[in-house]
Amino acid sequence: MPEIKVTPLGAGQDVGRSCILVSIAGKNVMLDCGMHMGYNDDRRFPDFSYITQNGRLTDFLDCVIISHFHLDHCGALPYFSEMVGYDGPIYMTHPTKAICPILLEDYRKITVDKKGETNFFTSQMIKDCMKKVVAVHLHQTVQVDEELEIKAYYAGHVLGAAMFQIKVGCESVVYTGDYNMTPDRHLGAAWIDKCRPDLLITESTYATTIRDSKRCRERDFLKKVHETVERGGKVLIPVFALGRAQELCILLETFWERMNLKAPIYFSTGLTEKANHYYKLFITWTNQKIRKTFVQRNMFEFKHIKAFDRAFADNPGPMVVFATPGMLHAGQSLQIFRKWAGNEKNMVIMPGYCVQGTVGHKILSGQRKLEMEGRQILEVKMQVEYMSFSAHADAKGIMQLIRQAEPRNVLLVHGEAKKMEFLKQKIEQEFHVSCFMPANGETTTILTNPCIPVDISLGLLKRETAIGPLPDAKKPKLMHGTLLMKDNSFRLVSPEQALKELGLAEHQLRFTCRVHIQDPRKEHETGLRVYNHLKGILKDYSVQHLPDGSITVESILIQATAHSEDQGTKVLLVSWTYQDEELGSYLTSLLKKGLPQSTP
Amino acid sequence: MAAHLKKRVYEEFTKVVQQQHEDLSTKKLRLTKPSKSAALHVDLCKATSPADALQYLLQFARKPVEVESVEGVVRILLEHYYKENDASVRLKIASLLGLLSKTAGFSPDCIMDDAINTLQNEKSHQVLAQLLDTLLVIGTKLPENPSVRMRLVEVACKHLTDSSHGVRNKCLQLIGCLGPVEKGVAKEAESQAAKDVQKIIGDHFNDQDPRVRTAAIKAMLQLHERGLKLQQAIYSQACKLLADDYEQVRSAAVQLIWVLSQLYPESIVPIPSSNEEIRLVDDAFGKICHMVSDGSWVVRVQAAKLLGSMQQVSSHFLEQTLDKKLMSDLRRKRTAHERAKELYSSGEFSSGRKWGDDAPKEEIDTGAVNLIESGACGAFVHGLEDEMYEVRIAAVEALCMLAQSSPSFAEKCLDFLVDMFNDEIEEVRLQSIHTMRKISHNITLREDQLDTVLAVLEDSSRDIREALHELLCCTNVSTKEGIHLALVELLKNLTKYPTDRESIWKCLKFLGSRHPTLVLPLVPELLSTHPFFDTPEPDMDDPAYIAVLVLIFNAAKSCPTMPALFSDHTFRHYAYLRDSLSHLVPPLRLPGRKLVSSAVSPSITPHEDPSQQFLHQSLERVYNFQHLDPRGIQELLEFTIRDLQRLGELQSELAGMADFTATYLQCQLLLIKALQEKLWNVAAPLYLKQNALASAAAKQILEETYKMEFMYSGVESRQVVIIHHMRLQAKALQLIVTARTTRGVEPLFGMCEKFLQEVDSFQRCFISELPHMQGSFVDKLLDLMPRLVTSKPSEVVKILQTTLRQSTFLHLPLPDQLHRATANIIEPTGESDNPLRFTSGLVVALDVDATLEHVQDPQGTVKVQVLYPDGQAQLIHPKPADFRNPGPGRHRLITQVYLSHTAWTEPCQIEVRLLLAYNSNRSKASTRVSKSTWSESLESLPLSENGIEGTIPFSKPVKVYIMPKPARR
Repeated sequence: MPEIKVTPLGAGQDVGRSCILVSIAGKNVMLDCGMHMGYNDDRRFPDFSYITQNGRLTDFLDCVIISHFHLDHCGALPYFSEMVGYDGPIYMTHPTKAICPILLEDYRKITVDKKGETNFFTSQMIKDCMKKVVAVHLHQTVQVDEELEIKAYYAGHVLGAAMFQIKVGCESVVYTGDYNMTPDRHLGAAWIDKCRPDLLITESTYATTIRDSKRCRERDFLKKVHETVERGGKVLIPVFALGRAQELCILLETFWERMNLKAPIYFSTGLTEKANHYYKLFITWTNQKIRKTFVQRNMFEFKHIKAFDRAFADNPGPMVVFATPGMLHAGQSLQIFRKWAGNEKNMVIMPGYCVQGTVGHKILSGQRKLEMEGRQILEVKMQVEYMSFSAHADAKGIMQLIRQAEPRNVLLVHGEAKKMEFLKQKIEQEFHVSCFMPANGETTTILTNPCIPVDISLGLLKRETAIGPLPDAKKPKLMHGTLLMKDNSFRLVSPEQALKELGLAEHQLRFTCRVHIQDPRKEHETGLRVYNHLKGILKDYSVQHLPDGSITVESILIQATAHSEDQGTKVLLVSWTYQDEELGSYLTSLLKKGLPQSTP
Repeated sequence: MAAHLKKRVYEEFTKVVQQQHEDLSTKKLRLTKPSKSAALHVDLCKATSPADALQYLLQFARKPVEVESVEGVVRILLEHYYKENDASVRLKIASLLGLLSKTAGFSPDCIMDDAINTLQNEKSHQVLAQLLDTLLVIGTKLPENPSVRMRLVEVACKHLTDSSHGVRNKCLQLIGCLGPVEKGVAKEAESQAAKDVQKIIGDHFNDQDPRVRTAAIKAMLQLHERGLKLQQAIYSQACKLLADDYEQVRSAAVQLIWVLSQLYPESIVPIPSSNEEIRLVDDAFGKICHMVSDGSWVVRVQAAKLLGSMQQVSSHFLEQTLDKKLMSDLRRKRTAHERAKELYSSGEFSSGRKWGDDAPKEEIDTGAVNLIESGACGAFVHGLEDEMYEVRIAAVEALCMLAQSSPSFAEKCLDFLVDMFNDEIEEVRLQSIHTMRKISHNITLREDQLDTVLAVLEDSSRDIREALHELLCCTNVSTKEGIHLALVELLKNLTKYPTDRESIWKCLKFLGSRHPTLVLPLVPELLSTHPFFDTPEPDMDDPAYIAVLVLIFNAAKSCPTMPALFSDHTFRHYAYLRDSLSHLVPPLRLPGRKLVSSAVSPSITPHEDPSQQFLHQSLERVYNFQHLDPRGIQELLEFTIRDLQRLGELQSELAGMADFTATYLQCQLLLIKALQEKLWNVAAPLYLKQNALASAAAKQILEETYKMEFMYSGVESRQVVIIHHMRLQAKALQLIVTARTTRGVEPLFGMCEKFLQEVDSFQRCFISELPHMQGSFVDKLLDLMPRLVTSKPSEVVKILQTTLRQSTFLHLPLPDQLHRATANIIEPTGESDNPLRFTSGLVVALDVDATLEHVQDPQGTVKVQVLYPDGQAQLIHPKPADFRNPGPGRHRLITQVYLSHTAWTEPCQIEVRLLLAYNSNRSKASTRVSKSTWSESLESLPLSENGIEGTIPFSKPVKVYIMPKPARR
């Protein structure tokens, strides 16, 4: 039985370090190549030695696919391709290809320059690695080699995120990466056609969550900002450079536009500005509204949002500032926070999760007095708000995607084991498909039942379809022919042609059967009786009485001869070829029952 | 056959047709052009290759064919069809056959047999499909011939087994369009087509080709539209089609399911995999809800739209559509809506959101969570969150329709609608505001909801704000804080967008009159009165203060205790506002202010009957004036016109009626004045003044009649006759005047003839009304017609003059409803002293905002006119999209007018006004011009009479100060 093998090197019952090996019909594909944020040792990268101990990876992998630019999906790429060594193709979408190196470079800087680590990949390695990348368009079928093809579908989540279909012959796997089934302010919802893959590998971050409508949260967010600005307060929104920041920008920008507000919005410079540039370029990857209004104005060319300067923080009057990083642990956002924290008119909005130990986490958990470096005590009087905007599909979204794609098997990755358990049970219960959730390093084998295409000559096809009722695509149809397996290809041809091609002589197989009938009459009279009898019964067939006394039914020959010993017994010789087996045996059984009593 | 045909063709070459026109005056000999068929035949015979033939056919198809030669052409085409070997040529011929069968006035039953015959030997699938299409055309052209239809259906059934999808497609379409609808017919015809058409079509629901499946469903829907009652058995088949791979199939299947759910709402269907049973409409509702999360947005739109019209669904299912059980980490979570509600009911209004405020509480039983319900769960939640705004709009519309029929659902969907006010696409926001307004009678807004609603008042789009004002007009608010909040937000809106003044005042008027008891406790605060101290008198011109007063006065109308809280200046302001903004400030019964209230009271209490009586009485009086002397008649008319005009001013409901009759009487008065006998007896050259007066009168009457005909909505044909009659009289007057002033007979000939033609067409158009016009001008004229036709112009004039003088005055019957079209330009206001400066040669855009009332089809008729000081006039046609329709009979024109001019030395005023364009062919007397058909239009229709187009100004002109500066070099 052919099978598909899946081994997660990362993201198996875990979030982070996404890296999944798939072998399908003899092709090996690696899906994503991420790093783990939780570790700073070797465990941060997937264990590539699992693939091969000493040989080059290129020999073992046919291609690598990166779903989107988040570091837990692409962070290990330079290490993998340059340090471990892989020269094969790496596939990703255009926006991912554009933004990925920025993030990698940023990551490298933090690890090497800030933390002082050695033995890490260099800028040059990132560049070299990106040279191996092949960019793909949405819904473009890319032929990796003669048999393996991949195709990208829109996944929402972040700019350029894609789901990939990997197909070899009739077998296929869909890998979702991270995706989002509800649209947000700047991206649309994931979509896939009914491609019925053998296996769907889906993320399951929110396997046990059903989320509320996004509108309420958006409205709350806008109301909070609006009220503060009207009061004359300042709003600080700590963000990470990419993804949510753009969504919030769009949200505020359109709100400002709609409500005709005048208070300035600032965006801290650097990385984010570059990222905005890419959003401007890849407008086709955004949602309907942005794509539609793009003709008048590119939504990412912000009218109200300006670049931030350090000096602006002391300006009087209301303002909104987006500043990095998102957890208030360092950098500009922390500086601004310290300046503004003392005023109760101001507000800080945390749009995402904060790691324990950061200032963000402290203020979110209600701490009002913070000890800063230098034993300073900072009293936080400003309002602290939490507003989460997540871009992963929730349980309903995952189910919806499964319903759209109609896979034969589902495999869960990128989630916690306990939550997966619940979703797995639901999937099996509601779709009646088997569902897997392998841990890292654990191999799942899925048996497939691929169809094997066979060429058939047009003549034969037409001939065979002409027999019997009309062809119906919903039902399989039986065809007669000779299956030729030659040079790794299958062909269905007519027997005559098969013989000709193979240079074989045709052998005829005839069955002959004698039936004894008690009939005192003359031979030809018996023949006539048999003829009349058959003619009466077999109305749909051509029954002929030949001049020499024999009878033919279609191509079956019946001859009546007197028994050599007993003249009262007539022997009916029935002879038919192998092809007429059905009719022949029917005739014999019919004749064996004897002729009806002669009726004048 | 061919020989016969050719003979026929050559006959056609030389056919002479003598046509007799209806008007006896002109007789024409007409030669028909060489027949089309002949030319075609020649061409086709010449054609050497199929490509050539195809070219000829293509050329031929561009020109229309007369009715009488269609059959000949068809025969020729058929003849070539049989001879032709090339499939593409046959295809073109087949399509031409269909096109020709459509010719108006041609009955295609004579070619049906041939068309069916051609089917028999046809091998090419494409041609077959085209031929079936032709048959479909033929069949639809013969609606009252069941046997023909039977035959065609039979033919189609035979070809249903074809292997090409195109042919099967067409067959199904044909069966759908022509299949027998009544059961009786099917039984009578014992042929095989009498088999149940539904069964035949139903069999193709499982066809291998998605296009055929779609066609089958469409055919089924077609049968339903034609009145066949579909069998319930189809339901289960249709349900299976919902899971089809192809979106067009699913889309059509959703429609079919909807149709069935409307046909058999109460039938019981089993739920698969359980023993329960539910009503079919509920089941269908669940299934369609499921399709709201389909992969294709076309299907989603379709499904969301249809949900709205499934009103029989049980409330249990309906309410599920808004339900989406939230959970987080397998623990039950409350939705933001629920939390908001709870906050509200617990009396706590604002809570600083804490992290983890929405932390989930209860554990959920994992078995009980159903992630994908086959039911209706959360359908609208999904629909409203969809990524395509088309789906969202459809969902909002559906919500609206369902909420209108179910108050409890309306209450529930409120939260979701309010959320939609913040959609990113303006159309969606607007739609949801309108929806909310439509269901407002079923709902009361909670304070937190009101808060969200009011936040939208700051929207920069005027449409949104105005829609919201409309919404607030008819919203129920539950608390006095709510009212206060609304007022504060509206005032904020007013300061931000001063142009919204009118709309905000109107909104507050309704808000006040709806919630008098809630306003009462707010009065001291709003008027900032103090129990002990006098507060300064507010500025009377402050729009915000007026807004507050409008709210209070309207509340005071039904709350008699309120005026006690007013301070002195409030009463003074009341008197002022009551006068200046009478449409916003209601009359109040104020203590010690008898005068004010009594002076106003007559117009508030509806005295409809007396005033209407008055109207009729005065008309009655006028119509009976025959016995009066001319002097008396004139006076009576003058008085009556004055009375009517005054009545129109006083009684807005009767304004249309009064104006209309006054105009009519005015016309009559003018006519009488112009015809005063003694002046006409003098020789013409001596009385130039009289001539001038008469011609001016005639001109004015003409104008007035056009106004009467086109400016009033609700004018019926009875009135149109009278109006046209008046116009005819005016034209007669014109003729008389010209006859007296011009020398020589030559020009008169033409005029007389034209006039007589007009009389003739009048007679033709209003033949049915003539009996009612005894003794009228036209009645007498028609009696004299034979004489008129033969006599000289001078005599004609003489006859006309006497008839005109002797004819009686016709009664103008009044319709039930009559409204005068009015327009009011709100912007530009014409008050600005700052000239609009622009560089000459370039354009400047002037925003025009006007309200139109009782204008039918404003898109086609309303124009903007700009008059420059040099007399130059410019007519601008606003785009259809510039008109909005805020209510029945009302329109709003918001457009931009582009102005340009050469340089001026100093600023000057231009005039902007609105015009109502009319075209007398587009008259309300629809009996007159039957629509000309394709073939008829070739011959010039004898439209001798008035194709007059013109415009009526119907708004006060507004002056705009502009200053084109010379361009700097």
